[in-house]
Amino acid sequence: MTAGVARTPGGWSALPALLLAGALLGGWEGYADLGGVQEQVLPAPHAVAAALWNNASLVFHNFTVTAEEVVLGLALALGAGLALAVALHLSPPLRRAVYPLAVGSQAVPVPVIGVLLVFWWGFGIFPKLVVIALICFFPVLVTTVDGLAAVDPDQPKLLRTLDASRWQAFRFAELPAALPAALSGARIALAVGVIGAFIAETSTPTTAAYAGLGREIITDAGGFQTARAYAATAVLIAFAVACFYALALAQRRLAPWAVPSRGDTR
Amino acid sequence: MSTQLQSRVQPSHRWAGEREEIVLEGVGRRYRGRRGTEVRALSDVSLRVGRGEMLAVVGPSGCGKSTLLEILCGLAQPDEGRVLSCAPAVLMPQRDLLLPWLDALDNAALAPRIAGHSRAQSRRHAALLFEELGLAGFEHARPHELSGGMRQRVAFLRTLLSGKPVLCLDEPFGALDAITRADMQEWLAATLAREQRTVVLVTHDVEEAILLADRLVVLSPRPGRVVAELDVDVQRPRARTDPAVTSLRERALDALGRDQRR
Repeated sequence: MTAGVARTPGGWSALPALLLAGALLGGWEGYADLGGVQEQVLPAPHAVAAALWNNASLVFHNFTVTAEEVVLGLALALGAGLALAVALHLSPPLRRAVYPLAVGSQAVPVPVIGVLLVFWWGFGIFPKLVVIALICFFPVLVTTVDGLAAVDPDQPKLLRTLDASRWQAFRFAELPAALPAALSGARIALAVGVIGAFIAETSTPTTAAYAGLGREIITDAGGFQTARAYAATAVLIAFAVACFYALALAQRRLAPWAVPSRGDTR
Repeated sequence: MSTQLQSRVQPSHRWAGEREEIVLEGVGRRYRGRRGTEVRALSDVSLRVGRGEMLAVVGPSGCGKSTLLEILCGLAQPDEGRVLSCAPAVLMPQRDLLLPWLDALDNAALAPRIAGHSRAQSRRHAALLFEELGLAGFEHARPHELSGGMRQRVAFLRTLLSGKPVLCLDEPFGALDAITRADMQEWLAATLAREQRTVVLVTHDVEEAILLADRLVVLSPRPGRVVAELDVDVQRPRARTDPAVTSLRERALDALGRDQRR
């Protein structure tokens, strides 16, 4: 009975990650201090930390802007991706019609349509959410369509002999079967969602006082404020990692049957 | 318990409600093989099963036994012959097909939930039978935490709770080891002695068929035809070593082998 209880990582499970990050930072510090690179080209970690400390308020405000974009954009992508996946699963003709378009949508360089999106929806947050969703919905769509199709075909048959309707067969068999795959898609979406927010901010004009970390990084990198650009980037990275693990935790909660008993890859 | 469940059963339009719950006449079924060639799964099968009777269908692998059950459960239509009468039937498939995202109680309670009862109500319903079927203490276990025998018990309970009068069991113990299988055969005999249902048991184990069933039908290799019908007139509980059982086994094996030599 205890065999299936998911093992939660103990206090030491973060150690390898911390050791590796520490070693990389140390190497970087040594190279930046002794390698003869200018600070405008590669700031040392201590200079980045100082820039973060000195510009904490600016970076924080831009972070809240970007974080809101990522979270809402991802929610939009999840909603659209899941709904479209279910529709494509239930209707093979629709799948044949829509799938090539969905793949093609991933090849569109966002700045091409940035102006159009602003023309439609103004300078607010919504055009940015659309850009993020456009970039993020695809992994959710593909993993969910595959997850729905991978259901054991005997399971719906069994449910039919128990007099289940199509909807009930979907709800009891296909939907839960696809959930782990959909959540994996969400984790991939999140990883590209942060860079999606960067693309969204830099490809749609804005009038806001704080335009987000992406805008700040572009401005700083162009204005020889390299250390501040690195500081903003460090915040983006930390945010992406935190969100990724939050989703992994959600996966554990929502689909405990799909968590491998050796859960140390998460 | 069982009467309450039975009352929900809606007789199908094919079912006249007579004493014989299943009447098949000359039923045959073909399907397209992988290379487009036609495979005959069943040929000219005529069967009658009375209410409360347990019929065992014995035959070599691939003789269309599972196809026969699919026809009885309405999952497939015969290409030849007719289903003259068939009460509502539920299938217990060869693989238990428990849903990994539901615990044992939810898996067993699937039929009442599909019939529109609330989750809590359905679980209470199933929980009443858990003790009786030797499943007490495993209510919250997920399928992967259960042994093969326990999984079959949950799958059987799920089948039972559908409330349908006819149970179609497709090699229910085929995947179990010999010791567990012997336990499960006793368990099934005891359970069915309490829950009066009409049962069609498909198996390739002749001994299992004789220990459990009232009557035996022996099918030939594909396309499956009825080559022998044997009444099992032996007092229950039956022992493997009972001379009546062993002599029936010889007759059944003889019928199986005789056909293979032809």
